[in-house]
Amino acid sequence: MDNAYSYLESVGKEPSNLIKGLQLIQSTEGYVSDDAIRAVAKYFSLPEVEIEGVLSFYAQFKRVKPGKYKIALCDGTACHIKGSPLVHEWVRQELNLSPGETSADGLFSLETVACLGCCSLAPVMSINGRAYAKLTRKGLVKIIKEYQAK
Amino acid sequence: MSTIKTLRVGVASCGIASGAEDVMALLKARANSIPVVGVGCLGYCYAEPMVEAVLEDGSSVIYGNVEATEKSVDNILALGEAGRFEVPPERKKREKIMVLALAGRVDPVDFDDYVAHKGYDGLKRALAMAPEAVVNEVLTSGLRGRGGGGFPTGRKWSFLAAKKAEEKILICNADEGDPGAFMDRSLMESVPHQVLEGMLIAAYATGATKLFIYCRAEYPLAIKHLKIAIQQICDHKLNHLGDRDVEIVIKEGAGAFVCGEETALIASLEGQRGTPRFRPPFPTDSGYKGYPTMINNVETYGNVPLILRDGGAEYAKVGTEGSKGTKLFALAGDLKYPGLVEVPMGITLGEIVFDIGGADRTKVKAVQTGGPSGGCIPVENFDVPVDYDSLKTLGAIMGSGGMIVINNDRCMVETARYFLDFTHRESCGKCTFCRVGMTRMYETLERITKGQGTEEDLDFLADIAPKIKAGALCGLGQTAPNPVLATLRYFRHEYEEHIREHKCRALQCNAMVKLQIDHDKCVKCGLCVRSCPVQAINADFEIDPAKCTRCNSCLDACPKKAIYRVHNGDEK
Ligand SMILES: Cc1cc2nc3c(=O)[nH]c(=O)nc-3n(C[C@H](O)[C@H](O)[C@H](O)COP(=O)(O)O)c2cc1C
Ligand code: SF4
Ligand code: SF4
Ligand code: FES
Ligand code: FES
Repeated sequence: MDNAYSYLESVGKEPSNLIKGLQLIQSTEGYVSDDAIRAVAKYFSLPEVEIEGVLSFYAQFKRVKPGKYKIALCDGTACHIKGSPLVHEWVRQELNLSPGETSADGLFSLETVACLGCCSLAPVMSINGRAYAKLTRKGLVKIIKEYQAK
Repeated sequence: MSTIKTLRVGVASCGIASGAEDVMALLKARANSIPVVGVGCLGYCYAEPMVEAVLEDGSSVIYGNVEATEKSVDNILALGEAGRFEVPPERKKREKIMVLALAGRVDPVDFDDYVAHKGYDGLKRALAMAPEAVVNEVLTSGLRGRGGGGFPTGRKWSFLAAKKAEEKILICNADEGDPGAFMDRSLMESVPHQVLEGMLIAAYATGATKLFIYCRAEYPLAIKHLKIAIQQICDHKLNHLGDRDVEIVIKEGAGAFVCGEETALIASLEGQRGTPRFRPPFPTDSGYKGYPTMINNVETYGNVPLILRDGGAEYAKVGTEGSKGTKLFALAGDLKYPGLVEVPMGITLGEIVFDIGGADRTKVKAVQTGGPSGGCIPVENFDVPVDYDSLKTLGAIMGSGGMIVINNDRCMVETARYFLDFTHRESCGKCTFCRVGMTRMYETLERITKGQGTEEDLDFLADIAPKIKAGALCGLGQTAPNPVLATLRYFRHEYEEHIREHKCRALQCNAMVKLQIDHDKCVKCGLCVRSCPVQAINADFEIDPAKCTRCNSCLDACPKKAIYRVHNGDEK
């Protein structure tokens, strides 16, 4: 077993733990690299294509290294109704990023998610898990500037 | 006046998003010897962060929109008048709090606190009965599945109970896929023991040996609380059901809406791609790894302890003929008091939206229930009673409990496009009609919202929708066209305006709208010019429609409200 992924041993080898294993990789490395796929395939004794099949099925798994600050824009129903498309546009203008991308400097990555669970505070986004509610353009620009200055 | 005995701070996800953790830390630092307890949701999302001061005499004072400042925290400690929160009287009158009785009132991860509030009384009573009698109690209650389908819960239990097998599997569906719903999250975060108690009762009644909770990975706090609660259950040996010990395992979903469907969920539990399969065999015949398997929703399980504690007949006193008990709704969208509400079955839609939610009667045009599988109901029909059967006659469904209020300034075509955008991406791709048909429908709606639609597009939508419903294997494809069918039924004129007049009456669809400055109101302050990210506003305060991206930045920046969205071609 590739040493770098020896922590996989904490989940059982049965194939029903495949998703759990991939979740562990992602929470440790932030994404699932080609190397990781090879290590997972070996560990569960499954073909690599099967791993890729599972990865591509579930929206949670990332195949690209995320930025230092992971922006999750909510596009759940409540946020959509309350103007999340505008928030997307503002982020695009500020950072020139589209969902699924990481900025060239590696600072920000962007994804859209369906409902962060605080619909009553819509529109909402989160950066590295911290939620920002009732976004306005001014507020959003300020938040991004703060992260850029960090 | 009485003194403060305990301070409760709502620190569920919603509270945390509004800064409740900072409030709690500050309270702890300044409350001296008064215990400060983190609790779940009280359901008044719009007033988060919330603090409840429980007094020695048993009464309590609630504070809303509490700021994380010494001043506001000290005001609470002194039981000051400022910032006191009152439950809107209309809401108090119409809500019926049963399932959520302990939400926000007990410490979610304090076992003794739950027990002190009659927790596990239902399980105790069940264990003193024969398993068949427990199933009968649930049948008597009339409880129906809260996950959207509305299947009678007692009947489902009797199917699994009748099976003979070395292992029987029980699953709690905590995938909560509707992207505008948070009832299940809130219940699991606030009173995890109640959900688990329901599962244990079900396991005893049906003879299940292994229990799974399939929870969205996006709900870390719910998962954390459930894990702690499961450990406490094992410590107190409550997982010992008469003749056997049962195991409870949490599995995290990985972000696929279709995994809320029973057979897809089981495939995902087995570690595979979550693709639905044909039924029969039904899971109760052959499910997880071939074992008889039964799936119920979080809220369904949350009702069970009450039924066993008070008796099925007592429970059945609430609700209507065909729909018993209460229902939780996640109220959001265009209204004054968004939040989590619990209402008796049979209440009217209007009572929920206007009286409880405080929505503006002059502005509301529809409400969407059932999320992407449901439909919209126009305001003219708000006197409909909310139960499984009445909503169906209007082309909507009760769904799992997402309820989105839509005002006149939202476009119904765009709303339908949004739901189709979601479902066509979430289709697992197995059925051609679902995969290809939904994509075509989505593209058609996209064209109409861009002002490029034709009359034929409307015929196409009406023609393909029933074909997708008929040709799809699982509930995703069978229901995904519903938002389009419902908007076509009630808001066909909006579609026609987009197509014939290139008009979006809600002024939402960007392709048909431009921004304009009213020079009579403008005071030439220049704020709009500075706020525009693409320099579309010139020195004479004219907006160049070719440059403008309709991002609304200037509109928000203008202190005089001199900037409007208008139809292309309309001059003010
Ligand atoms: C596409 C799709 C998504 C679903 N998502 C959920 C869900 O997130 N939560 C849920 O409890 N049921 C969901 N269901 C319904 C479940 O398949 C199932 O009917 C339900 O969990 C049964 O529990 P109940 O009888 O207690 O309602 C979904 C169904 C479909 C077709
Ligand atoms: S109806 Fe759609 S989501 Fe359901 S199985 Fe078929 S392709 Fe998959
Ligand atoms: S912000 Fe408003 S008032 Fe100020 S210049 Fe622009 S349009 Fe005029
Ligand atoms: S829809 Fe955005 S938080 Fe729920
Ligand atoms: S109060 Fe928790 S869901 Fe809003």
